[in-house]
Amino acid sequence: MNIQSNEARCTSCHAGYGWKDAKKFDFTDPTRVDCLVCHEQTGTYKKFPAGAGNPVKETKVFKGNKKTYHPPEWNKVAQSVARPGRKNCGSCHFFGGGGDGVKHGDLDSSLMKPSKTLDVHMGVDGQNFDCVRCHSTTLHHIAGRVYTTPASKHRKSLIEDDLASKITCESCHSSTPHKSHNKANDHTDKVACQSCHIPEYARVQPTKMWWDWSTAGKKKNGKPYQEKGELGKPVYDTKKGDFVWEKNVKPEYFWFNGSLQQLTVKDTIDPSKPVRINWPVGSREDEHSRIFPFKVHRGKQPYDKVNKTLTILHLFPKGKDDKDAYWKGYDWNKAIAYGQDYAGLPYSGEYDFVETSYVYPTTHMVAPKDNVVACIECHSADGRLASLAGFYMPGRDDFKAINVFGWILVLGTLVGVTFHGLGRAISRGRKED
Amino acid sequence: MTGKKMVNTYLYTRYERFWHWLQTTLITILLVTGFEVDGLYTLMGYGTAVEVHNFVGLTWLIAFAFFVFWLLTTGEWKQYVPTTKKMFTVIHYYMIGIFRGDPHPVPKRKEAKHNPLQRIAYLSVAAFLLPIQMISGFLYWGYNSWAAWGLDWLSLPVVAAIHILGAFGVLSFLVGHVYMTTTGHTLFAHIRAMITGWEEIQEGVELEDWEKRQRKGRKAGEPEAPSA
Repeated sequence: MNIQSNEARCTSCHAGYGWKDAKKFDFTDPTRVDCLVCHEQTGTYKKFPAGAGNPVKETKVFKGNKKTYHPPEWNKVAQSVARPGRKNCGSCHFFGGGGDGVKHGDLDSSLMKPSKTLDVHMGVDGQNFDCVRCHSTTLHHIAGRVYTTPASKHRKSLIEDDLASKITCESCHSSTPHKSHNKANDHTDKVACQSCHIPEYARVQPTKMWWDWSTAGKKKNGKPYQEKGELGKPVYDTKKGDFVWEKNVKPEYFWFNGSLQQLTVKDTIDPSKPVRINWPVGSREDEHSRIFPFKVHRGKQPYDKVNKTLTILHLFPKGKDDKDAYWKGYDWNKAIAYGQDYAGLPYSGEYDFVETSYVYPTTHMVAPKDNVVACIECHSADGRLASLAGFYMPGRDDFKAINVFGWILVLGTLVGVTFHGLGRAISRGRKED
Repeated sequence: MTGKKMVNTYLYTRYERFWHWLQTTLITILLVTGFEVDGLYTLMGYGTAVEVHNFVGLTWLIAFAFFVFWLLTTGEWKQYVPTTKKMFTVIHYYMIGIFRGDPHPVPKRKEAKHNPLQRIAYLSVAAFLLPIQMISGFLYWGYNSWAAWGLDWLSLPVVAAIHILGAFGVLSFLVGHVYMTTTGHTLFAHIRAMITGWEEIQEGVELEDWEKRQRKGRKAGEPEAPSA
């Protein structure tokens, strides 16, 4: 989904004061950067969800969550600034996509005060790391971002270079972190630490796995409604369609060199099969690639049937009379037409829904070492890596012809000696008669 | 059996017996853990199976080096020199004679423990099959060092395939070998010999020329045809 035409809503996190219109917003203006959201420690500084990145000027209720927002007490808030804590980071990163655990499976509000079993680094009963313990910064350049391009080419430890822009597990743990002669050390060249050490994500709170926009727009008694499911999360929302939430989800695994490739709204798609909106870059042959765990968020969203592109959707109304906005008028055609026009892109006037997928690298919620993924979970025919083709893996792959030949040889010998033995027993019996 | 007198003879030295049973143990463990790693069943857990397999494999490699040293220094390697002499007589015996209660055409002697069929079988196993297993296994074990060893042209699936094929060969040999131990003059005579070193063999059987042609300074006795 897109920020364009919905800025006022999205920019409560996609940062910047007053980012109402992508076309007019000055991204180079440092006064637009919100210092407080990251640094204030009173916990009272809240951006209004639909305030284009601004807190309210007078007390106001947000209809979406029925919460009351008060104007900040600027003096207190400003005097509290300090090193960012989990709350600062989490207020956006735990709630990406408009709610707790919607986007990331490994980042949600359960990491505010996690136990050691949920996150061995952040556990309040253990190391008690906060976010910036790993995501260290130099002049506001934050280390450990996954989405940097190009990905880091070299595996560096902090001992070599404590200003490495890309902090990874290996930065502290080295590339041979296990006991010497442990086979796991032989895996680190091809398997990311996260693949074994995050057996499942969303282990405390559910995360959204499926979002079907095509069913949006249904109303009860002429009114939009929400329906909650087993896990206490909405499974239907008139504005957004059907959701599927899951807990304790096993990741999917792909070769990954640290870069993600993105589909853009200008790219032509093949609607006959699921469309990947982004995908991990990497391969078995690339020495910088590792097998890495991902949450794959799937769903259905509108596309232009004639132009064969995904579309910009105008969801969030710009005012009370903005019937073009889907969340006001519930008319996809209008919402798409407005969004495409806003972005300066063509729209044929015909839309349909296509299945899409979006990958999120899984790197938080590292489990204690007793809860790692067991060898057999990958080294078996129907294991976690069953669909990762292109290389031989003991226990997973076999050689059909050799197995058939081998068993014929072994069983043939067995049958042979059995008959030979029977023959001896019979002939001896006869002689004794 | 014939009316020939059986004499209790010391056939296998302490080292031979030790080596035989050590190798039996190692190969059994390797087969059990190896097939688990190959995904045939779950027994001790994949990681443990790999660790045990690697450790026992390397142990075998080292122990085998001692065995080769023993073979060379004692001259026992001559027991493995293949021959076609009497090969067909022996085959004929196992196919027909054994059912009629005929005596073995090439009975065991201290200086010639192996009949022609055993010679060719044990030579194939000890000089061909087992070394293939050891070499392919060692390479498999060293997979992460291939680049450092200059062996990165090797292919893991090929090495694995050879190793698995060899494992089937060893298992098949084991089945036949265990069965053959029951073909002595009693069911457990051969096994007893491999445990105590002593086996009852026919008295007065002399070595034939072909059985001792490598031995120097020893007089050839009159070849004695086994009585029918």
